[in-house]
Amino acid sequence: MTEIQAGPGAAVSAAPVSGDVPAIELDNVVKEYVSHGEVVRAVKGVSLAIAEGEFFSLLGPSGCGKTTSMRMIAGFEDPTQGVVRLHGEDVTNVPPNKRDINMVFQSYALFPHMNVWDNVAFGLKRKKVPDAEIKRRVGEILEVVDLTGREKRRPKEMSGGQQQRVALARALVNRPRALLLDEPLGALDLKLRQAMQIELKRIQREVGITFVYVTHDQSEALTMSDRIAVMNDGLVEQLAEPREIYERPASKFVAGFIGTSNLLSGTVQQVAGDTAVLALGASDRILVPADGALSTGATVDLTVRPEKIKIAKEQPEGDLSVVRGTVAEVVYLGTYNSYVVVLGDGAEITVFEQNAHDSTITAERGDTVWLSWQPWHSYALR
Amino acid sequence: MSRLRAALTPYALIFPGGLWLAIFFVIPMIVMLSLSLQSGSVEDGYAFTFNWHSYADGLANYHDQIIRSLLYGLAATLLQIILGFPVAYWIAFKGGNRKSVYLFLMLLPFLVSFVLRTISWQFLLSDNGILLGPLKDIGLLPDGFRVLATPFAVIAGLAYNFLPFMVLPMYVALERIDPRVLEAAQDLYASRFQTFLRVVLPLSLPGVFAGVLMTFVPATSDYVNASVLGGTNTTMIGNVIQNQYLVTQDYPTASALSFTLMALLLVGIFAYARALGTEDVLEVAAR
Repeated sequence: MTEIQAGPGAAVSAAPVSGDVPAIELDNVVKEYVSHGEVVRAVKGVSLAIAEGEFFSLLGPSGCGKTTSMRMIAGFEDPTQGVVRLHGEDVTNVPPNKRDINMVFQSYALFPHMNVWDNVAFGLKRKKVPDAEIKRRVGEILEVVDLTGREKRRPKEMSGGQQQRVALARALVNRPRALLLDEPLGALDLKLRQAMQIELKRIQREVGITFVYVTHDQSEALTMSDRIAVMNDGLVEQLAEPREIYERPASKFVAGFIGTSNLLSGTVQQVAGDTAVLALGASDRILVPADGALSTGATVDLTVRPEKIKIAKEQPEGDLSVVRGTVAEVVYLGTYNSYVVVLGDGAEITVFEQNAHDSTITAERGDTVWLSWQPWHSYALR
Repeated sequence: MSRLRAALTPYALIFPGGLWLAIFFVIPMIVMLSLSLQSGSVEDGYAFTFNWHSYADGLANYHDQIIRSLLYGLAATLLQIILGFPVAYWIAFKGGNRKSVYLFLMLLPFLVSFVLRTISWQFLLSDNGILLGPLKDIGLLPDGFRVLATPFAVIAGLAYNFLPFMVLPMYVALERIDPRVLEAAQDLYASRFQTFLRVVLPLSLPGVFAGVLMTFVPATSDYVNASVLGGTNTTMIGNVIQNQYLVTQDYPTASALSFTLMALLLVGIFAYARALGTEDVLEVAAR
């Protein structure tokens, strides 16, 4: 593998570096457009700062504004309001061909009438880089993406994975200060997608360029990103590291969108120290970190992940959240069993139980079971 | 049984069309080819004599008209590219959801008969007509100025009459270009002009190629425009052939001229396809 150099100013470390000027900044950006005579607000005021060398993901369902946000960074859309900055410089009105960032398009958008070499060399030729250097750099980048020997192929003669790597090479060869990727793995099958995730992460570490990655696939975002902005309905719901997003989702939406979550709600019965006690049913109690924000009588939405819950036939002891219910469904999934338990008030809770010890299952359909988890595993949502 | 039926289905499907072409295209071609090699006259009847003289005489007597036809056809085709490309481009990229409306407007004149359209041009361009009359009255044009009976009138008429056949294939090629490919070019530092030159233009060539085929051939062999809008100095080979058939009734010469024209057009098309690189053109077209 050939080492390729990062553009000027690119940090070596992949972690966000605080204190530096952000590589990319969206400052209260709004995008409205008119569709069928109606004003649609695709992005409703997004502010975020992406650090130099960071692998940053914009994650959300289709129509959440993530692609529009990325297109404003690239310059394909003009914000209705707000400012876009690249390395501290206001580029809100700078056209895309004058921005020192490149994009990997969804479905690749390779030039169909050019072979691999000409596709990759396109940007360097427009920048009037000397021929000898174009030759060297295109050769190098094709080696990085493992396409040496396929220079004369046309895009349509290649597989999806190969086209994907051409698209990546075509952007990276310019040594941009940031690379934008719009659902680049969406068209690939699962195996190839997983391989490319690792590959992308490796390339990003190698070149040290800021990556902004748009995806609706939560596992993709969790796997690769340094930080994730979860978007919904034109706004950022939560901006944090993958672990934080998963463990401490900031909203119902985030909890539901990332992984499997059980959503419960209850009324605060008492606050004892830093723990609030919620009543659900007669024998049920849920403990939640109070964080000084919960008071008696308040209604609280909370979430708990299925793998944090213990399922048992006997009532467990200790300072745990405990609820009782009836098993409605048992699904054997190989690495774990999945139970659906219906509580007294009709709420359904999904529980994952690892197949760690033996292949016997704890409970059958119709059994009455006790579910328990540590207080810090349920998290009050705003 | 069902396998036999499956094997026969394609032939069954092609049979009606094939029969139609055999009766109304192949047989007349053979009749004409035979006619071009016969000698005699309408009064005395014709006999097949392998008479190549119709070809030699046709070329000797009418080479001016043949060359003129090719030049007019070429000029009309170029004019159509120049006029048609921006239209096709505009409809394809800026037409939004009214594309079909614009295409329909383009085709609207075609609901009127070809001859009638050309005659309306005659009316429009006549020496003291609604266009030239007022201009002459206010002294902007000299009294003797005329457009009718000039090569310009004939070429313009040809270009007008076949324009949709140029615009439609160009539109189809342009419309098929993925807008993201254009964004990719911009993203890779290409200005709007460079994007057009390096991406839009090459990707539209299959459409231009098809458009040229569909307009150059009928324009070159047309006789309506030259007879309605032209004069004695703008006679095209189509007029000669028509005259030979219907007035002089010299069928061998008319047939020989038709075949000569067809041969020239075929050679021209193949040379053109070769020069443009059909392989590439068809490859992109087949995408």
